[in-house]
Amino acid sequence: MQRLRVRYAKRGRLRFTSHRDISRAVERAVRRAGIPVAFSAGFSPHPKISYAGAAPTGVASEAEYLEIGVTTPCDPGQVRQTLDESLPTGLDVLDVVEAGPGGLADRLEVSDWEVRLPGADREFAGVAVEKFLAAGTVEVERLTKKGLRRFDAREAVLGLTVSEGSDRTAAQVQGGPCVILRMVVRHMTPAVRPDDVLTGLRLVADFAPPVPPEVTRLAQGPLDASTGALADPLDLDRDITRGGEAGPAGEHVAG
Amino acid sequence: MSVESIFPRLEALLPKVQKPIQYVGGELNSTVKDWDTADVRWALMYPDAYEVGLPNQGVAILYEILNELPGTLAERTYAVWPDLEKLMRAEGVPQFTVDGHRPVRAFDVLGVSFSTELGYTNMLTALDLAGIPLRAADRGDDDPIVLAGGHAAFNPEPIADFLDAAVLGDGEQISIAISEVVREWKAEGRPGGRDELLMRLAESGGVYVPKFYDVEYHADGRIKRVAPNRADVPWRVHKHTVMDLDEWPYPKKPLVPLAETVHERFSVEIFRGCTRGCRFCQAGMITRPVRERSITTIGAMVDNGIKESGFNEVGLLSLSSADHSEIADVAKGLADRYEGTNTSLSLPSTRVDAFNIDLANEFSRNGRRSGLTFAPEGGSERMRKVINKMVTEEDLIRTVTAAYSQGWRQVKLYFMCGLPTEEDEDVLGIADLAKKVIQAGRDATGSRDIRCTVSIGGFVPKPHTPFQWAGQADHETVDRRLKALRDNLRGDKRYGRAIGFRYHDGKPSIVEGLLSRGDRRVGAVIRAVWENGGRFDGWSEHFSYERWMAAAEQAGVDVGWYTTREREENEVLPWDHLDAGLDREWLWQDWQEAVSGAEVEDCRWTPCYDCGVCPTMGTEIQIGPTGRKLLPLTVV
Repeated sequence: MQRLRVRYAKRGRLRFTSHRDISRAVERAVRRAGIPVAFSAGFSPHPKISYAGAAPTGVASEAEYLEIGVTTPCDPGQVRQTLDESLPTGLDVLDVVEAGPGGLADRLEVSDWEVRLPGADREFAGVAVEKFLAAGTVEVERLTKKGLRRFDAREAVLGLTVSEGSDRTAAQVQGGPCVILRMVVRHMTPAVRPDDVLTGLRLVADFAPPVPPEVTRLAQGPLDASTGALADPLDLDRDITRGGEAGPAGEHVAG
Repeated sequence: MSVESIFPRLEALLPKVQKPIQYVGGELNSTVKDWDTADVRWALMYPDAYEVGLPNQGVAILYEILNELPGTLAERTYAVWPDLEKLMRAEGVPQFTVDGHRPVRAFDVLGVSFSTELGYTNMLTALDLAGIPLRAADRGDDDPIVLAGGHAAFNPEPIADFLDAAVLGDGEQISIAISEVVREWKAEGRPGGRDELLMRLAESGGVYVPKFYDVEYHADGRIKRVAPNRADVPWRVHKHTVMDLDEWPYPKKPLVPLAETVHERFSVEIFRGCTRGCRFCQAGMITRPVRERSITTIGAMVDNGIKESGFNEVGLLSLSSADHSEIADVAKGLADRYEGTNTSLSLPSTRVDAFNIDLANEFSRNGRRSGLTFAPEGGSERMRKVINKMVTEEDLIRTVTAAYSQGWRQVKLYFMCGLPTEEDEDVLGIADLAKKVIQAGRDATGSRDIRCTVSIGGFVPKPHTPFQWAGQADHETVDRRLKALRDNLRGDKRYGRAIGFRYHDGKPSIVEGLLSRGDRRVGAVIRAVWENGGRFDGWSEHFSYERWMAAAEQAGVDVGWYTTREREENEVLPWDHLDAGLDREWLWQDWQEAVSGAEVEDCRWTPCYDCGVCPTMGTEIQIGPTGRKLLPLTVV
C-alpha cells in the first residue's frame, strides 16, 4: 500500500477548526477528489488517514501533516492539486510526497511558532522574555482532559525572541503596532503550547497581552543537530523516493 | 452602498467561545455574492444552533434558489449560543450572517424557518441582537421584512406581533415571487414605505400579513372572528404547493459544514406530502397531496450530491419513505451503483406495513446493519385505530421477526403518550408489544442477544389536523402513564433487560401545546419568557417549564385553556383564516370518527377528494411507477 504524506496549512478563519472538524473535511475532500483511499477492515470501515501533531483549535498553521494510505499508486503532484481543490479555502495543501521508511510523527520534534500580540507593549515584552529565559524552570498550570496539570514550560523552549510588526489581520487594533514573539519549542509530554509560554511570561513578569493572541505554527520537523535549524520533515521521504536525483520529480536532465 | 463585514469584530470574540467554527462560514458550496450586484437581499435564519440548522433542507433549498436568481442574494444566519450572545452584547456586535458576516438588519427580508414552535424565543434573540425592534409595529423603513415559514407558520398567531409576514407551504416559488415584489417596489423608489410593500404582498393572497387582520374576542375569551382591516386584503391566505418536484432538483450544491452537525449526510427528498391520514400528524395534513420525485431524478441528484459534497451517507427523505411507488428499484439501483464505495444509504422514515426485508437488505448492503426504527405510535390496536395509524400487531411481529432473523439485533419503536381517548392500559399495551417483539426475536434467532428500545414522548395536538379540537392530556397524566410503563418494563424479569426505555416528560409538551394552538395573546408569554432569559427551548438543558408558567401568569394567560381544553365544532380557531386546503367539515368528521375508532383509507390508492386539498388548491397526486430503472454510472 502506497502512503502519501501531506503538508497542509490551516489559515485565516479556518484556524477555528478543531482536529475532528479537519478530519471530517479531509475525508470528504478525499472522496470528492477521487483519491483511492484505503479503508480499514471490520464492522465499521474507516479511511486510512492519520494525523500527526495537530495544532490546537484557534491556532493557525503553515505546517500540519497527515498521511493517506491509497489502494493504487498515485502521483503526489496530482494529489496535491486535486486534494487542495477539494478542500475549502483556508485548508490548503502545500506539499505531498510518497512516504519513505520511518514514521512521520517521530520526525516532528520541534515547532516554530509565531505569536502576534496586538496592542502589547514592546519593551515590557522584551523584559518578560529575558526573565523567562533566565529562569531555570517556569511552572505553569493548564486544564487538560485529565484535569488541571502542572508542568514546566521553560525546558521545552529552545528559542524565544521579540520583534515588532503590524497587526496582520487588523482585527483587534486597527493598523496598530504589534509585538511578535517567535518561539521554537520542543515537543514533549505534556505538550508545551504557545499559550503555556504566555502563561509563563505572565508568571515571571506579570506580562499579559490585552487581547487574545494570534498564533501561527510556521514549521515543525526534526532539529538539525549541527546547525540547530528546523528541517523539513518530508525531505527524508523525498531523498529516498527520488533516489537522490536532482531537480523536480519527473524532470529528465540530458547529458 | 456596500455593507461592511463584521467579521473582524467577531473574530476577536471567537477564541473565547465554544465551537467557534460554527460562526465562521466558508463551508464548501456556500455562496457569498457581491452585495452591490443584488437589489433584493435575504437573510435566511434557522432559529436554532448551527449544528441543527445547517442540515435543514428547507433553508438549504431556498438559499440555493435565491442565490441562483439574478439580482438576488441570500445568506444564512443561525441562533448564537448564550456564551457568544453575551460577548456580542458587551462588544456591540450585531446578529450576523455566516456567509458574508453582514449585519442582519442590512437585509431586505429576514426569512425565518420554523420546524418547531420552540424556536420562537431564539428569533427574538436574533431580532434584538440585530437591532430590529421586536414588535413589527415598531419597525421602520430601514428594518427588514421579518417573514416566517416552515410547518409552525401554519399557525403564526402566537408570534404575530413579531412578524411582518408569514408564508404557508412550499417555499420554492413563493420566495421567488416575493423577491420580485420587493425588487419592483425598491426600483420604484419604495413608494408608500414599508406598509405599501406589505400591502402588495398581502394582496396576492399568498403572503399572510398579520397586521392587516384584526382579531375580535368573545367575553369568555374565545375568538369571535378574524377579519381583514383593509380593502383588497383577502379573507383567507392560501398555502403554496410545488407541483413536479423533478423541476426543482435541489439541493444541487449541498452545503458541507466544517463543524459537526446533527445529520452528516446528503439528503434527497424522494417525495413530498403524505396521505396515510394519521390524525396526529400535522406534516401529513398540511403537505398534501403526495408528489413523488421520479426514480431517475433521485438517481441523478444522489450522483451529483455525492460528487459535490463528498458525504459518505445518503438519506432518502420523506414523511414515509418506503411508500415511494418505486422504492424497491430506487434501493436496488443505488445499492448497485455504490457497491464497494463505503457509501451508505438510509431511509429515515419507514412504516411497518410498507417495509419489507428485501428493501432493508438493499439499504444495508453497502453499510452497517445496525438498527431498524418503526413508529407504531399507539400501544394498543384500539389506540392505533383512533389515530388512524393502521399498523397491526401481526404486521409488526412479522416484520421484526424477519429483521432479527436477517441479522439485525436492535429494533427501535416510537410511541406517543397522551393521545385522545387514551387510557392507562393503552400505554401499558406498549410494554406487551415490546415483550412480544423480544420474544419474536429470540424465537427467530435462538439467541438471547436481542434488543429493542421503546422511545416515547407526549402528544401535542396540532393545527390543521383532526385533533386540532382535542384536549391535550395534562402533564401529570402523561408522567403517571410513562412511569407505570417504565415500572412495568423494568420490573419484568424475562424481558426487562432486553428493552431500553427512553422518554420525555410531559411538561415540555404542554409548552409546545400552548405555542402550537395559541393565538395572538400568547405572544406576551413568549416575550416575557425571552425577557426572563428563555433561549434554546428545544434543548432540555436550557428549557425551563417554570419560566414559561411564570410568564403565562405574568401575561394573564391560562395555559390550561389553550392546551387541555377540548374545543367545540363551531369555535373559531386562531388559524381558521389560514388555508392549508383541508376542508374543515372533513377534519371535524374525521375527529368524530377518530373517537369512535373508524379508519380512513389512503387516497393514493383509493381515489378520494374528501379532504378537499386537491380541489381547493388545484393540485393532483403525482405518483409513479415510471417503470424506469437506474443504470450503472459510467466510470470516467
